[in-house]
Amino acid sequence: MNIKQALEMVSQTHPGAVRSHNEDSVAYDASCGLVVLADGMGGHNAGEIASGITVSLITTEMKHSLESMRPEDRGEGGEDVGIMLLREKIQKANASIHQTSQSQPQCAGMGTTVVAGLFYDNRLAVAHVGDSRMYRLRGEIFEPITRDHSLLQEQVDRGMLSQKDARLSKNKNLITRAVGVEPAVEAEIHSHAVQVGDIYLLCSDGLNDMVEDNEIGATLHMLRANLQLMARRLIEMANDHGGRDNVSVILIKVNGDFAVPRGWLVKMLSWFKN
Amino acid sequence: MAAKLILSMDGVVLQEYVLDKERMTVGRKPHNEIVIDNLAVSGEHAVIVTIFNDSFLEDLDSTNGTLVNGAAIKKHFLQNNDVVEIGKYKLKYLNDQKSQSTAADFEKTMVFRASSRIASVAPPVVKADPYEIPGKLKPTEQPQLVPATKVTELRLAEVISPPPQSALATAVDKMPGLPQQAMGVIQVLNGPNAGKELELVKNLTTVGKSGLQVVVFTRRPRGYFITYVEGESYPNLNGKPLDDQPCQLNEHDIIELAGIKMEFYLKS
Repeated sequence: MNIKQALEMVSQTHPGAVRSHNEDSVAYDASCGLVVLADGMGGHNAGEIASGITVSLITTEMKHSLESMRPEDRGEGGEDVGIMLLREKIQKANASIHQTSQSQPQCAGMGTTVVAGLFYDNRLAVAHVGDSRMYRLRGEIFEPITRDHSLLQEQVDRGMLSQKDARLSKNKNLITRAVGVEPAVEAEIHSHAVQVGDIYLLCSDGLNDMVEDNEIGATLHMLRANLQLMARRLIEMANDHGGRDNVSVILIKVNGDFAVPRGWLVKMLSWFKN
Repeated sequence: MAAKLILSMDGVVLQEYVLDKERMTVGRKPHNEIVIDNLAVSGEHAVIVTIFNDSFLEDLDSTNGTLVNGAAIKKHFLQNNDVVEIGKYKLKYLNDQKSQSTAADFEKTMVFRASSRIASVAPPVVKADPYEIPGKLKPTEQPQLVPATKVTELRLAEVISPPPQSALATAVDKMPGLPQQAMGVIQVLNGPNAGKELELVKNLTTVGKSGLQVVVFTRRPRGYFITYVEGESYPNLNGKPLDDQPCQLNEHDIIELAGIKMEFYLKS
């Protein structure tokens, strides 16, 4: 099955119930298996600019690179080309935002989170910076597969705060890494095996700050037959709980296998093509 | 606005302390930030560590212990209006930092960073690292994730089945800050299950046969809604087929799903 047939994707973004403008940006491209979500920050419209640059730069550059490169190939250092590309594009977005914020005074200090996924060869490479998350529903298990780069997460990791207490904290919006605030950024990247039936959710903190994980999980599970409705319902839930921030979601359902063919004939044919 | 502690004894306010330092100790000896000169209080009795808007209280193995809201603690994450008791003294913790229920600017995401180069230009950047982070996260470390949430299967197979009373079901019920509303109920009008009722206690209840025809009932602040989820044909609401949009339910609406008629009503 080709990747476009194997993956079903939808996205939705909403300014929320309180804020007037939306600083989140989302994009997906099923034909190259790419999803990107960013939650910008900064005064005036700078947050939108930062998240917008990140999402459009990553999608256009990835698409361009994937025309001549195969993500499942091994690059230098034994790493998948897909992973290298994600790292490179996030770095590029970082440089672009950083330069803009240095040269445009109204954009000073802008930055953005990002979470990006690249599906290829029955795998998913996930890169993230900041507190935008990726979750996975597999069977009945719903869990985050990214870990926030935030003060709270560090406190939880070091045993200062329990997961339960973290919800009571008043330090909810301090992130320890962001795209565009320093000359360079390191994205955290992990590779996951994908199974048919998996549902992946990318979201900005406007969802997971408002709605508890088990409620998000139950929604994915109950509405798994209808991705569009699932996206709409998640946004509604965030807004019904107060909607204090912009809220964005991208949902991906894996409907089939998308392994890269590996037979000797295929290899030979591709060898002749080259 | 930094958090405060109000020291009192027998209802008489003695002193007010602003928690503007990262570490403030409470004790009998004069070098403490909060000095309580009483023999029931240990030399260094307790410490309050403040990180931005959060404060943590820790008992420093004092002789007579520290109580918070009547219970002995070793370590405690202070919440607004907590009452700390040390001997006969009370320290009330006030943190009127607006909780995140308003869209004030402070609520915006900020980057928390070690360098202090950008000081004036960027309000959304908190500059100093207020505490050392031993063993700071390496990006290559495998994440230790939050314990996975088990999504309990809610039975879709039968048109009417009492929802299992799982931990999940109760978690889903909770909708903080929403007004109490009458509970929606659907009653089956025909077929083998005629007369059976299903209370729509959860925020989401799916009904129908998976793959054949499924609808979802959602409980929202403004009332109950029905939305088509899957199936080749749309179910009927009062004789008219639903479309992809949610439809608000009124009392005595008749839903027809795969040949089964159901009536919606509210129970107070």
